[in-house]
Amino acid sequence: MVAEKIKLRRTMMYVSGSSPANIAQATIYGADSLMFDLEDSVSVNEKDAARFVIYHALKTIDFGDTETVVRINAINTETGRQDLEAIVRAKPDVIRLPKTSCAQDVWDAEAMIAKIERNIGFEEGTIKLMAALEDPSGILNAREIAKSSKRLIGMAIGAEDFVTSMKTTRSPLGVELATARGLLLMACREVGIYALDTVYSDINNDEGFLEEVKLIKQLGFDGKSCIHPRQIKPIHQVFTPTIKEIDYAIRTFGAIQEAEEKHSGVIALNGKMIDLPMVERARRVIRLADAAGILDGGAYGC
Amino acid sequence: MCQITKKSYAGSLESSDVLVQISPNPGKGLEIDLKSTVKRQFGNAILATVNDVLREFDITEAFVSIDDKGALDCTIRARVSAAVCRAAALTDYHWKVG
Repeated sequence: MVAEKIKLRRTMMYVSGSSPANIAQATIYGADSLMFDLEDSVSVNEKDAARFVIYHALKTIDFGDTETVVRINAINTETGRQDLEAIVRAKPDVIRLPKTSCAQDVWDAEAMIAKIERNIGFEEGTIKLMAALEDPSGILNAREIAKSSKRLIGMAIGAEDFVTSMKTTRSPLGVELATARGLLLMACREVGIYALDTVYSDINNDEGFLEEVKLIKQLGFDGKSCIHPRQIKPIHQVFTPTIKEIDYAIRTFGAIQEAEEKHSGVIALNGKMIDLPMVERARRVIRLADAAGILDGGAYGC
Repeated sequence: MCQITKKSYAGSLESSDVLVQISPNPGKGLEIDLKSTVKRQFGNAILATVNDVLREFDITEAFVSIDDKGALDCTIRARVSAAVCRAAALTDYHWKVG
């Protein structure tokens, strides 16, 4: 059976609801997901206008294959509830919940969205959710949040708020985020949802940015939120498998096929036994290479 | 019918945006003043969109000033809607589907 093609979420680019120009141009930079923001990038007095801008943009502009995400305001505020009323009707792919501290936050949003979906005749569950964990409660409750809803496709860490609540600041090596990143990742991997890293705010520090992207890729994140188009290409490059990795994955599948043909119970490559985790890693490499347009994953059953 | 009770505005003069100002226009019906960087090519289309939104809100009396910097149709729609809601103090806008 050919596995379902994986959805890449290597880059999720913030686009402020205050900027119609940025919304109109957003797709040209090639981000996997666009996150239209109604929260922190929009001043309190402009929330109503930004809501109209994103609502009409989603209903009018063809974003093609690019995933559309809308970050609403916290749903325990009147602004957040109004955001939901508008945005669900404009039908983005995903609604991102800010400052998620516990499973109840997701359940509350889910109930509100389901009610709107029923009222307007959408199939219930159409709109997916993402949770941003931005404080110690959210991180410590990452497991229960990850398991809270079938709508939840992923979780992201929001570092700026997190480090502030931890009485620290962000540093080049990101030691202050080590525990939070690890806990969020494990919670995501336990239930099989996407893990997205936080933004890198210093857009002029290319070297520091690249180091952080390599770090979070090595940790196991699926991708990173970004705040500027120039950050997209470097992230995609880091997340594209190397020729060596692809070659090894292809040879792994070749060894499996050979073993099957020989009815051999043991699969080996270069004298090393191939076990299940290695097959899984090879499958992921092939799928990423396929998604990046380097090869046809279908040829390997991926 | 929706009443414009105070002067209000929405939008900006940034490129690809539009600044919409709406104010009461007692006894003079609906008047629209359009300035646009693309007026020659899209003036009629912009006016059609503005009128469409005003009809949706059932506005029959207002002075509407449009200063367009090449905004998309959806942006014009959004900015006029926001300006009307502010000028008429509407808080329960009925969002539509599709």
